[in-house]
Amino acid sequence: MKGRLRFARTPAGSIGLALLALVLAVALLGPLVAPHEPDVPVGIPLTGPAEGQVLGTDFLGRDVLSRVLWGGRSVLALAGAATLLAYLVGGAAGMFAGYRHGLVDGTLMRGVDVMLSVPPLIFLLVLVTGAGTSAAVLVLGVALVQAPLVARVVRTATLEQSVKGFVEAAEARGERTLAIIRRELLPNIAGPVFADAGLRFAYSIILVASVNFLGLGLQPPAADWALIISENRSGLDLNPYVILVPALLIAILAIAVNLVGDAIARTLGRSGAGEAR
Amino acid sequence: MRRVAAGVVTLLVVSALVFAGTELLPGDAAGAVLGRNAAPEQLAELRAQMGLDRPAVERYLDWLGGLVTGDLGNSAAGYAEGSRRPIWDEISGEIGNSLTLALVAALVMVPVALVLGVVSAVRAGRLTDHAISTSSLAIISLPEFIIGSLLILVFFSWLGWLSPVSLIAPGESPLAHPKQLVLPVLTLLGASLAASVRMVRAGMIDALRTDYVQMARLSGLRERTVIRRYALRNALAPSVQIFAQNIQYLVGGIIVVEYLFSYPGLGKELVDAVAIRDVREVQSVAIVIAAVYIALNIVADLLVVLLVPKLRTAA
Repeated sequence: MKGRLRFARTPAGSIGLALLALVLAVALLGPLVAPHEPDVPVGIPLTGPAEGQVLGTDFLGRDVLSRVLWGGRSVLALAGAATLLAYLVGGAAGMFAGYRHGLVDGTLMRGVDVMLSVPPLIFLLVLVTGAGTSAAVLVLGVALVQAPLVARVVRTATLEQSVKGFVEAAEARGERTLAIIRRELLPNIAGPVFADAGLRFAYSIILVASVNFLGLGLQPPAADWALIISENRSGLDLNPYVILVPALLIAILAIAVNLVGDAIARTLGRSGAGEAR
Repeated sequence: MRRVAAGVVTLLVVSALVFAGTELLPGDAAGAVLGRNAAPEQLAELRAQMGLDRPAVERYLDWLGGLVTGDLGNSAAGYAEGSRRPIWDEISGEIGNSLTLALVAALVMVPVALVLGVVSAVRAGRLTDHAISTSSLAIISLPEFIIGSLLILVFFSWLGWLSPVSLIAPGESPLAHPKQLVLPVLTLLGASLAASVRMVRAGMIDALRTDYVQMARLSGLRERTVIRRYALRNALAPSVQIFAQNIQYLVGGIIVVEYLFSYPGLGKELVDAVAIRDVREVQSVAIVIAAVYIALNIVADLLVVLLVPKLRTAA
């Protein structure tokens, strides 16, 4: 168990963890201490900091501080759900491809190539055009963008393990494919597969936030950091805090997750980490 | 040749996916134009006008044929006004604007990335290297719109130097307003530059460790000459692929950057089209951007083969 937490002792890992804790505290506990309701106007639109409104008001006169305190949950929840789904879909496809070889493998991996040959945002925008704007579509889209990347890693790891003696022994015992995958393969590929889970999550945050910023994800009046930046862009010179604070929070979150992810990937002994895209 | 053929096949598959993806839901563009309260007869008429009453496969082939001949069909926004607006007329200027933006960014990125990467590698482990490496890791992690928003805050809100909105009239070249290009280009540079710097650094460090560099040093050449003539030359070939990859990211990032700065390019056109569910236009713009993306990949592969003679026979 000690080995698992080794990343926390690298300088990058510990700074990352501290920053991450800070943003998580804001996002998770924020709603409990928010002074106002997130979607009720409390004053004149786009005024600067004042008594009772520490960060001023947004373009509809709502309290910026309260909206910011409420707006972190969606970022974390959507990106987290998307990453999880990407591992489920990509993991299943990758293991299937790596274990079965042959036609299934070929087809799946060509599919992965095609997915990787399109800019992820294009893929997401096309999906939104077809399926409409909603949180579910956003999660599904981001998961589908990431799944091929997961599938590739899982496939390689599965291929490596599937020729080992203990797998062949299990096959010789006549165990079913599902049992082999669960008992023999899964425990052995978990390390390399989840080494870059942190970086996947970081990329999910970028994608989720970008789509929300484009106005094609969560819809108003949702309080979401990216959406707050997007809808208040024209009010920038009247109340800069409405852009600055959520932008810094997303920035810190993204950098923190990347630092932690990078530290985990490094201590798990994978070189060349650091590029989530 | 085989790479090009593979690229065309990929593009075909992508086009089918784009087409299918945009038609997932039962509602269609005619419905989007007329709104929810449209009379059924009206809807049917517009549908016939837009060609939506034909089967999907037929429309797909028609669209594909149109792509090849440069006829992209008419945008739903035009139908909404009761007229016809060919998509090509709407996006031809935008394509130029986007290419200008991407090209300027790429032209800045390559030399800057090389210089920073090489400096960082030569000074590996020292303060300069740490500063460059840490800041590039931080910048890579950020979404483009965050980099852009922070740049706007600094250069517009605080310093008052640059405008946050690109005001470029239709038919005008963005190069006529160099000042308005600064922020979009800087934003676009952010992530791709940082990623390239890191990879140039890695390649250069490898090259500096090789025997021929040691040999050159031992034969008494000045360190400058060693770096320029021996290490850099050999680190360049892998860098080409890195640059191509990052110019690809740049093409992806252009969508967000154009939207952020209201820059009249393909990316903004695409976001606007998605927002009003202008299916035909989304399909066409998406496929144009995807084509550029795939073409870049092929060009990079060919360049690497040209630069590294060893690979020529293998390809």
